[in-house]
Amino acid sequence: MSKLKPVLSANWDDADSFTLEGYRRNGGYKASKTALNMDPDAVIQLIKDSGLRGRGGAGFPTGMKWGFIPQNDGKDHYLVVNADESEPGTCKDMPLLMANPHSLIEGIIIGSYAIRANYAFIYLRGEVVHVFRRVQQAIEDAYAAGLLGKNVNGKGFDLELVLHAGAGAYICGEETALLDSLEGFRGQPRLRPPFPAIAGLYARPTVVNNVESIASVPAIIGNGVEWFQAMGTEKSKGFTLYSLSGHVKNPGQFEAPLGITLREILEMAGGMREGHTLKFWTPGGSSTPMFTQEHLDVPLDYEGVGAAGSMLGTKALQIFDETTCVVRAVLRWTEFYKHESCGKCTPCREGTWWLVQALKELEAGRGTSADLDKLLDIVDNIAGRSFCALADGAASPIVSSMKYFREEYQRHLDLGSCPFDPIASTLFSGARA
Amino acid sequence: MTTDVAVEMITVVIDGFEVTVPKGTLIIRAAEKLGIQIPRFCDHPLLAPAGACRQCLVDVEINGRAFPKPQASCTIPVEPNMIVKTQLTSPVAEKAQQGMMELLLINHPLDCPVCDKGGECPLQNQAMSTGRSESRFTGVKRTFEKPINISSQVLLDRERCVLCARCTRFSEQIAGDPFITLNERGALQQVGIYEKDPFNSYFSGNTVQICPVGALTGASYRFRARPFDLVSTPSACEHCASGCALRTDVRRGKTLRRLAGDDASVNEEWNCDKGRWAFKYLSSKERVTSPLVRGEDGELHEASWPEAITRVAAGLAGKRAGVLVGGRVTVEDAYGYAKFARVTLGTNDIDFRSRPHTDEEATFLASTAIDLKTTYLDIDKADHVVLVNFEPEDESPIVFLRVYKQVRKRDLNVTTVAPFASRGSQKLNANIVSTFDDVKNLTEKSVVLVGERAAEVPGLLSAIAATKSAKIAWIPRRSGERGALEAGALGNILPGGRPVTDAAARIDVQSAWGVESLPAEAGRSSAEILTSLNTAGGLEAVVIGGVDPVDISADALGQLLNSFVVSLEISHSAVTAIADVVLPVAAVTEKAGTFLDWEGRERSFDQAIDGTLTRSDVRILSMIADEMQKPILLPSVTAAAKELLSLGKWDGAKVAKPSLPSSKQTPVSGNQAVLTSWRQLIDLGSLQAGEENLAATARPAVAVISAKRAEGLNVSNGDLLKVSNERGSVVVPAQIADISDEKVWLPRNSQGSQTIVAFGAAEGCLVSVVKA
Repeated sequence: MSKLKPVLSANWDDADSFTLEGYRRNGGYKASKTALNMDPDAVIQLIKDSGLRGRGGAGFPTGMKWGFIPQNDGKDHYLVVNADESEPGTCKDMPLLMANPHSLIEGIIIGSYAIRANYAFIYLRGEVVHVFRRVQQAIEDAYAAGLLGKNVNGKGFDLELVLHAGAGAYICGEETALLDSLEGFRGQPRLRPPFPAIAGLYARPTVVNNVESIASVPAIIGNGVEWFQAMGTEKSKGFTLYSLSGHVKNPGQFEAPLGITLREILEMAGGMREGHTLKFWTPGGSSTPMFTQEHLDVPLDYEGVGAAGSMLGTKALQIFDETTCVVRAVLRWTEFYKHESCGKCTPCREGTWWLVQALKELEAGRGTSADLDKLLDIVDNIAGRSFCALADGAASPIVSSMKYFREEYQRHLDLGSCPFDPIASTLFSGARA
Repeated sequence: MTTDVAVEMITVVIDGFEVTVPKGTLIIRAAEKLGIQIPRFCDHPLLAPAGACRQCLVDVEINGRAFPKPQASCTIPVEPNMIVKTQLTSPVAEKAQQGMMELLLINHPLDCPVCDKGGECPLQNQAMSTGRSESRFTGVKRTFEKPINISSQVLLDRERCVLCARCTRFSEQIAGDPFITLNERGALQQVGIYEKDPFNSYFSGNTVQICPVGALTGASYRFRARPFDLVSTPSACEHCASGCALRTDVRRGKTLRRLAGDDASVNEEWNCDKGRWAFKYLSSKERVTSPLVRGEDGELHEASWPEAITRVAAGLAGKRAGVLVGGRVTVEDAYGYAKFARVTLGTNDIDFRSRPHTDEEATFLASTAIDLKTTYLDIDKADHVVLVNFEPEDESPIVFLRVYKQVRKRDLNVTTVAPFASRGSQKLNANIVSTFDDVKNLTEKSVVLVGERAAEVPGLLSAIAATKSAKIAWIPRRSGERGALEAGALGNILPGGRPVTDAAARIDVQSAWGVESLPAEAGRSSAEILTSLNTAGGLEAVVIGGVDPVDISADALGQLLNSFVVSLEISHSAVTAIADVVLPVAAVTEKAGTFLDWEGRERSFDQAIDGTLTRSDVRILSMIADEMQKPILLPSVTAAAKELLSLGKWDGAKVAKPSLPSSKQTPVSGNQAVLTSWRQLIDLGSLQAGEENLAATARPAVAVISAKRAEGLNVSNGDLLKVSNERGSVVVPAQIADISDEKVWLPRNSQGSQTIVAFGAAEGCLVSVVKA
């Protein structure tokens, strides 16, 4: 029996899965009706009970986040959906929004109702124009159907939903930078406290949730807490989307209960690229320390991955086979972090600038083993010293690759050049000759 | 607000030492109390925490639970049971700080030998105290084109910038002028201005001072000096009545720089750009360097001091003479003028007001203003601040900063009696009313700040004087007026606020001065002194100290012709050009003295430049008095200060309060309008002479008219308007604002708009407004 548990992705194969009609045909917008007949506090409690944890990377319990919003404070509350998916390797929110945007909209209706928000925002990564158009159409359709706007579903609850396109910055996936950007400022993380639950968007109590977290809510309301809790592991309940990419036969999104292993997912994906073996992989995007062959059976839930020395993150499983130069891969990632550093704090701004130069030298085989120690020391001065977690993410691939592949770094230095043929790791490698 | 409430105190342990500080104190401040200096760049005690530079990382533990990572001590307030380990006791904090310093330096140019900041640079100093001895960075540094002008007076070297955001936070949080911001991202992040919109904030110079590296430099000081060659003297600002503490930096007898001094109860750590940069007049080629005496040929000739003094004494002997003191004198000099007028010239014809003024105002000053004790602290605690004919951003910028601070902090209610919402009023979110009668909600905690221009509206100062339910402050524009008032340099009072018409008050002063009698009749005002010259039975001579008579009246220079004129001046002027004798006096940096700020607070300063030959006004007046054998016995500033102190304040009955009814403005019709104006901070003021970089940041002259008038004239913003009366005209661009349909506003003394010169008046006169 397949280990998959398609919920959000159950109907992605339908030709009209993204339409209001298609969503409704498969039972859509029933959960929001149920929820709007409940007491808002009961909705929060239900989500708390379900054990749903944030799917954006940190795994914070969603219901608890909702519960932090002070009630009866006379202030506007806001629900903001973080759809700024930009973690390298992560490709779950965008396909979800392409194929099933109404699950998010329905989740927003429920979440906004629960936290007593009459305004909700989707902060969508600006580069994905096709997704923007699709979500925009879905919102229009929802308005036309009376699911958004004044008096949602005739229940006396008003909800305005705004879709906002980001301008292309990784840092805007950090929730406070996202809020600054949404307010029209440059996206840079804010000093906390105050936390968004107290003073978020426009200094009002705000919940910021990942797309997948919110989109999972209707299914939980519809099927019940027990159904949800039956999936997953002790502290990591439910189903989730794993994005598999890289040197595998069939990359894509795999929706499965938390706690599945890479070995199992790889099997379903048809295994590694023909004739190649797994060398290293990331459990949750480039910001999570990399794993190797020996971690194939680590349960991919929050605790399992944590215990093995990494983080579940966005569940972006990037797979690299033995043709890949780990130094080169790490350099590419580091260039990404340098490019995306917002510049606010010293370690991230200056550190990523330096790391790229240092890694370029190493990849070209220039340096000595003292330079490897220096690299680790620079990283030590960056990780855990920065304003937000971006720099920690930048440090992860370097530290973890040095942990598992230090001899490969050393081989570059011994040879005076990279021992790998970069073309061998590409898709078109077979086309040569 | 907090000063009235008991503050909760918290005890924390830092590096093994206990320190007790008020709740809310940041760790970095608490450490300072123990003398533990945690290195920092972005932290500034008067700005909101940023946590950006990460230089101040320390290890923190609360209730036995340690933070897993070192924390920025500039962002975390102390808590009970907190244990902090700084770089002195935590190897982790020490390494974190060293690492941060290394990172900050990788992109910082090693151009300290040519950098203005070198020698007084927090980056340089802290790199020595906290950094590694050598950098491990061998790569390529980030470079930028350098420097760029972000205004005519502030230059930006982006390479040197450590992106601490002090400047941008200052501009937004303190000055309310967010004209600079951070652009781009990552290592390319940089401070920038809006396209084609320079950093023309009145307070921009503070960013240069608080920049912890040499990224922001002042155009006028750049490459002029090394800090270790400068001799610094604490001083007081002569430009306005705000009372800023300053530091004057002199190299080899020349003032090269002025910085804001620290005075928490007055200017905190800020000053305005005029106070910072307008000092070129001190070393101008126009300075009068020796006494000048007009010869038979009608020209001025250099003369010795004895010759000049003899000539003055002879010229004044037996003549009815008046004294124009000017508003920029120190208390000591003002006292010299006050005593000189009474004792040597035997007259009460003395006035410090070189600006539009009235008898009602003189009465207000002698009866009410002299006793006012309102302070900056009252603004901090006010429930409502009312500005009456007073534009603090232009006329007393530190008062503006203080009010703005409370507006930002607690949404302080501000009402302004003004013709329209100036940029300053907009920043204060002020409620605009057209008359003082319209001001509501005055309580004992309210503060009414009255500008010198209140004198220009008949009856207004009478209404103010009658107000009981609020704290009143009178805020003149010039730095010397409050002191001159206390010193008795006004026709109706003697020193200490003693009414000249009160026999007991006169006896007080007579016995102190050792004279038989003092004139008992209130003297003439500035304008009356000028108009009485050359009239039958009127004045025949006048002693003028640092007054530009055009500030009083457009006809003043003509009135001075054919009288005996003695000019005590620092620089050549329209008055020295017609004076019979010109006596050079010391400028502020060349003498000691005291200003009284608008609060009445003493702002004493020392001589910043040693060995100059110029003398203070009081010394020269004393020499003249000696020569005229009616001595005032004030050979030095110290002597004047001592004598004024020993005279003390008058505790008897004051001059009666003014009680002038208000008058109605006559209605206007057609293209007629009533002129209203004030002086902008940066304008054609004589003390700003020679500082072109500052002048270039002045707000351009505009004529403010209402939308209705604009429609009637078929003009829009920026179209040229001609404002004129029978005397003259000005042509400036129109600016449409929420001004009364009957009024037109012009800057009083700006390039292209000098109202007294053009119209013979500054306020209230009828002008015609047409499209130019």
